[in-house]
Amino acid sequence: MSNQAYTIIFYLFAAITVFSAAFVVFSRNVIYSAFSLLFTFFGAAAIYVFLSADFIAVTQVVVYVGGILVLLLFGVMFTNSIMQTDLKTDVLNMVPGTILLVATLTGILYTFYSTHSWMPSTKQLQGSIVERIGFETMSGFVLPFEMASIVLLVALLGAAFLARFEKQGNKEQ
Amino acid sequence: MGSSINAWSDWMTGFNPMGIPLGLIILAAIPLVFIAVYALTYGVYGERKISAFMQDRLGPMEVGYWGILQTLADILKLIQKEDVVPTSADKFLFVIGPGILFVGSFLAFAVLPFSPAFIGANLNVGLFYAIGIVSIEVVGILAAGWGSNNKWSLYGAVRSVAQIVSYEIPAAIALLCGAMMAGTLDMQKITMLQSGDFGFAHFYLFQSPIAWLPFLIYFIASLAEVNRAPFDIPEAESELVAGYFTEYSGMKFAVIFLAEYGSMFMVSAIISIVFLGGWNSPLPNIGGLALNTWTSGPSWGAFWIIMKGFFFIFVQMWLRWTLPRLRVDQLMYLCWKVLTPFAFVSFVLTAIWVIYVP
Repeated sequence: MSNQAYTIIFYLFAAITVFSAAFVVFSRNVIYSAFSLLFTFFGAAAIYVFLSADFIAVTQVVVYVGGILVLLLFGVMFTNSIMQTDLKTDVLNMVPGTILLVATLTGILYTFYSTHSWMPSTKQLQGSIVERIGFETMSGFVLPFEMASIVLLVALLGAAFLARFEKQGNKEQ
Repeated sequence: MGSSINAWSDWMTGFNPMGIPLGLIILAAIPLVFIAVYALTYGVYGERKISAFMQDRLGPMEVGYWGILQTLADILKLIQKEDVVPTSADKFLFVIGPGILFVGSFLAFAVLPFSPAFIGANLNVGLFYAIGIVSIEVVGILAAGWGSNNKWSLYGAVRSVAQIVSYEIPAAIALLCGAMMAGTLDMQKITMLQSGDFGFAHFYLFQSPIAWLPFLIYFIASLAEVNRAPFDIPEAESELVAGYFTEYSGMKFAVIFLAEYGSMFMVSAIISIVFLGGWNSPLPNIGGLALNTWTSGPSWGAFWIIMKGFFFIFVQMWLRWTLPRLRVDQLMYLCWKVLTPFAFVSFVLTAIWVIYVP
């Protein structure tokens, strides 16, 4: 494909990401917000693909769409009277909000313009990214990896303990 | 168009007359046409006939010879039907639900190698992508179930999602065993590593003494992922009318079923690629009788993977008319207390086998 086609597709995905993210924030219906997140996550995954990070892109879909979004939807659907509650999406605290926005934007733009340009790595990536990720996780980054797995294991045990505790509480049933 | 690897799909990617990437569109349309044709013939007609023979009936016999045109008549009927959206339904989610569902099952076809010369997208994370993309279907089911504004639909959707999300874990670990034996996640490479003169003996199912365990675990988990019996509690007719598609009729109903048949073929193709050699011919070369060489090549490859997929779909249909439905608690018991521990065991054993034995 030509460079132009890539640019068009990139802007398409960028637009999808930005507009669906805006919809998540401005929608008055929690369910619509949650479903709109699907498109945001997808757009983000597509942008990862444009950065040649296809592993991260797939992980993004697995973790955020398969895990977090489904959890969110479950939570929203099991909440009582979710449709009756009218969400507040008005603009509140106009002055502090504007100051914060301008400050953040200035900071980001200043960093963007004061840093010369993109800093491409001198090392050219060879072969499959997945293999490199595997080797790096199991060699250089084995400690953070193991720590993350212990944190997750503790979280799992905690969740199982909480769920069990409630079950033993009403034994007479 | 030679017979070298991905020759057909590479040729099609380069085919853009007048600057329009027509080849890419055709490339994406091929699996779509395949799903439609197969769902129409083997999916609906085949399932009705197979279920009929299992129950000692004849099945559809009126339209055409042996009822062969029955599905066409059904499709004509579905197209003519009024597009009903219930008044109290959430219009947007109700309409978009079947669409998301179908997109979810169709996206995985991008990484299925249909032949040595054809694959939609030769990703080096192909298998991971195929496992992960199923989660789109989950969102579609939830949209359909919630959008219908019907208690049965919502229950069906919630059950279905709980089931898919839980069974993803043993399924992914079982497929990881296959990926470990191959040492790659690239679907085309996994298939190529299983080719050889001895045909089926090179398939991963027969390459290690433990491989049958992840194979079986993935098969069971894949049944649950596509909501087929004995795991069809999301659409349990006797309890929930029809689960998350209770309110659907006409073409939306057809799209939901197209998605179901699409994902049935998808899981069958994945299990054949990871454990049964994908497009490789199962026939061995016996001396001068070079059966394997004769039955290899791009067109034969397409034949073999589709036949292997159809075989597993036949097994799925067979099980559907043989086994009773599981209860919800039995379903969760099977997933968390049986399949997941056994998947971990098979993972460790496969790792030991891959590192120390061959």
